[in-house]
Amino acid sequence: MQGIDRRQFLKIAGLGGVVFASGLARAAGTYAASQDEFFFVQLSDTHWGFKGAPNPDAEGTLPKAIAAVNALDPQPDFIVFTGDLTHTTDDPAERRRRMAQFRDLISGLRTRNIRLMPGEHDAALDRGEAFKEFFGATHYSFEHKGVHFIALDNVSDPTGAIGPEQLEWLTADLAKQPREARIVVLTHRPLFPLYPQWDWATKDGEQAIAALMPHSNVTVFYGHIHQEHHFKTAHIEHHAARSLIFPQPAPGSVPKRAPVAWDPQHPYRGLGFRSVEAEPGEYKLTEHPVLKA
Amino acid sequence: MKRRLFLLLPLIGTAWAQPEPRVISIAARKFEFTPGEIELRLGEPVVLELATDDVHMGFDAPGLGLHADLLPGKPVRLPFTPQKAGSFEFACDVFCGSGHEDMGGVIKVTA
Repeated sequence: MQGIDRRQFLKIAGLGGVVFASGLARAAGTYAASQDEFFFVQLSDTHWGFKGAPNPDAEGTLPKAIAAVNALDPQPDFIVFTGDLTHTTDDPAERRRRMAQFRDLISGLRTRNIRLMPGEHDAALDRGEAFKEFFGATHYSFEHKGVHFIALDNVSDPTGAIGPEQLEWLTADLAKQPREARIVVLTHRPLFPLYPQWDWATKDGEQAIAALMPHSNVTVFYGHIHQEHHFKTAHIEHHAARSLIFPQPAPGSVPKRAPVAWDPQHPYRGLGFRSVEAEPGEYKLTEHPVLKA
Repeated sequence: MKRRLFLLLPLIGTAWAQPEPRVISIAARKFEFTPGEIELRLGEPVVLELATDDVHMGFDAPGLGLHADLLPGKPVRLPFTPQKAGSFEFACDVFCGSGHEDMGGVIKVTA
């Protein structure tokens, strides 16, 4: 495993965010060049229902992010939420109430092609039961303009594992793809052991990575850690998205994991969402703030 | 035969002389470990005896290579001898409820 030297890739974009250009598909050659260009938006860790000092505008942040996504011109082909749509609660009725409110809120997105997946806050206490009632399957795959997307569920099992049954499904799904196919994995927890002391890992994530390894063009987008993070396991890149409720500290940077305190001088700092442009031979990542400066 | 027994006697004697490892009981409940801070000496054999009466929980101390699934009513014994000094975080690694993310502690190993 290795970190990515961001200096190789970063350049400043006009939106106040950054563009991360990945050379992932270089090896794919003419296969990648034949794909259509498009972009999608990744939102993550909205934790609808959270209340607390780390975000005094907890009920306003997601609506502001939705407004910011709706202001994108052009609009994305689709929008993906990589888990923790709602903040956990021990009350099953309250869990469903939060999911219903979340569903109503995102109905205001202009782009209607929306892909959802659970985080442990949504699914770990009832093994995804409420999530499935509201939003459907917790793992699935789909095609979009020449890219094969795979949504992996590593949260419905409260131990933070994908599980043998889903790994078998993943292997069968990948078997239908050419080795050089463009594959994007969407998931909640990191598939690699980023910082297991803080539960920033997937118990059997190495098995998913092993299944993906024979494919030359794989990129993973995930959430869970509430901050932008970029990492490589061999040729596979892993990109964590910011949260839309509160940021978390860098892995292992403080003795105890706790939300980064709200800064009244810089409200919403560290929060945001991401757009991903799929171009022939590369992905370009742009990080967007909740509110433009 | 007598000669073999004679040769084994010192070994048996050594085993008898070794003290029982210290047993440290750790209770896991929503949403804390008690005690949350454990002090050990380098090289001291101990047994961590973990138990919960609540729900399925976990005990994970990756820095020490210790892990256990904790099921209600089924205590788990983890014998180990610290081989390195330092502070090692442990946490519940089974999502057990609304306070799960605050459920952790530290093992301090001193030389």
